[in-house]
Amino acid sequence: MTQPGVRTDSATPRAIDAIGLTRRFGTFTAVDGITFHVRPGEVFGFLGANGAGKTTAIRMLTGLLTPTEGEATVAGYSVARQAEDIRRNIGYMSQRFSLYDDLTVRENIELYGGIYGLDDAAIAERRGALLDRLGLASHERDLVRTLPLGWKQQLAFSVALLHRPRVVFLDEPTGGVDPITRRRFWEMIYETAAAGTSVLVTTHYLDEAEYCDRLFIMVDGRIAAMGTPDEVKADAGVATLDELFVRLARPGAAA
Amino acid sequence: MKTAVVARGLTKRFGDVVALDHVSFEVGSGELFGVIGPDGAGKTTLFRLLVTLYLPDEGESRVLDLDPAKDIWKLRPRVGYMPGRFSLYPDLTALENLTFYASVFGTTVDAGMATIEPIWRQLAPFASRRAAALSGGMKQKLALCCALVHAPDILFLDEPTTGVDAVSRREFWDLLARLRERGLTILVSTPYMDEASRCDRVALVQRGQILRIDRPFAVSAAFPRPLLAVTGTGRVGVTAERRLALIKALREHPHAVSVWPFGRSLHVTDDRAGADPAALATELTMWLKARDLEADVTPTAATIEDAFMWDMADAERIA
Repeated sequence: MTQPGVRTDSATPRAIDAIGLTRRFGTFTAVDGITFHVRPGEVFGFLGANGAGKTTAIRMLTGLLTPTEGEATVAGYSVARQAEDIRRNIGYMSQRFSLYDDLTVRENIELYGGIYGLDDAAIAERRGALLDRLGLASHERDLVRTLPLGWKQQLAFSVALLHRPRVVFLDEPTGGVDPITRRRFWEMIYETAAAGTSVLVTTHYLDEAEYCDRLFIMVDGRIAAMGTPDEVKADAGVATLDELFVRLARPGAAA
Repeated sequence: MKTAVVARGLTKRFGDVVALDHVSFEVGSGELFGVIGPDGAGKTTLFRLLVTLYLPDEGESRVLDLDPAKDIWKLRPRVGYMPGRFSLYPDLTALENLTFYASVFGTTVDAGMATIEPIWRQLAPFASRRAAALSGGMKQKLALCCALVHAPDILFLDEPTTGVDAVSRREFWDLLARLRERGLTILVSTPYMDEASRCDRVALVQRGQILRIDRPFAVSAAFPRPLLAVTGTGRVGVTAERRLALIKALREHPHAVSVWPFGRSLHVTDDRAGADPAALATELTMWLKARDLEADVTPTAATIEDAFMWDMADAERIA
């Protein structure tokens, strides 16, 4: 492991910088030379059909999977050589895995605070602020499994931000929740981004894709489109993201 | 129209949790009926009651003029049911899964082919692939074939499109439309509000209760207040801050009942029922301008999601 805590490229203000990032599994190329960057405070939508390579790309960017070729830095650290630093400087939340159902709200916050390397005083202070902000102070001793899904997701997001990471990855954070909770969640995303944290988010809701500053659409492991929602639509000459998706995922199907 | 499903006061509890709370509705024969709502609304419980898998604590139902609580063995062969989690055996091939489901219902794949042909045609090239190795969209189509292979008279699909990408979702609905054209009664549940428009009628469900039942366009048309779409036109750059500023300012407007992100715009519901939406749009534009915020404001038609959110907030106001 290279010197922990030393950023490989301190000159770049970019939150994510990926150059030719590639991952093969045997003869199958899951991610095929993708190059992109994410700015500080940007909400970056990472989209594509099931199997397009999104999950593999995110696993590389979060330091869980080594790239076969190419390089990426996240929060200034190399994904290939400083995976440990990356994990301490990013937040991650997915629909399936985030909090421990059998621990209380408070225990989850303390557990993650410890994992992120915060000391007890910092954990206590941030726990209080977090619970107040979410209106969960009276529920801190409740088991997470007893919370409504919408609360759980807001808590999971806040816990993923506990160590004030520069980048947070949200993998389908709003699946299955009601439309009001879904929108409250997006307001949390805006607040996070406005405070300077970059947000990389995946979603199957195309209206949520419109909430992003920029979109990155993957098809078969490659970049099929990148830009603001208006740019990617204009580039393809379509009026809606729905049309764009059909065109990208099923070339020739329009005929 | 003949009635395929009748539910009267259907109620199911699990301990202290009321999963389904006195739900009543009817589905006509040949209808494509959508049950739309988030996780925990009671969609799965409702379907399990109707396909004979649960007994209700209160209320009753009829499916194809049979009682799901009593006529289990008469009803089962006539019902196709695709549960929410994939019901496939991952270690069996696509064709083996299909053959298995056919045999469970005492029929054969050949006998069922007339029913499933349009769907199976897309799967046939992968017939000898293990179900585990099929893509999400293909698994979903195979599960549909398995639910249809015994040529049922009514089909229950529990969240068939959850977690499936937008393009596969659209293709799946195209398949359902073709099945509907052939006269099959279909009940389908989904958390995706944008799928409502593909149904003949929809029930909006939340917390075990039905908020509203109607044709999709009628749900939108019944929206009781003027609705305005606000699109920020400020300079390019990182937008989160600008969007938050716009949301905050709009929420301070004395007549704004609700302000929510909707695609590239924000939807603002004005509390002045019956007011001229064009005049309200002009008023809101000026109001934002006075706060140094540039935006296009136009009257807009409510979507199913606007209606759902209105009904949800209404239900909470009453409760």
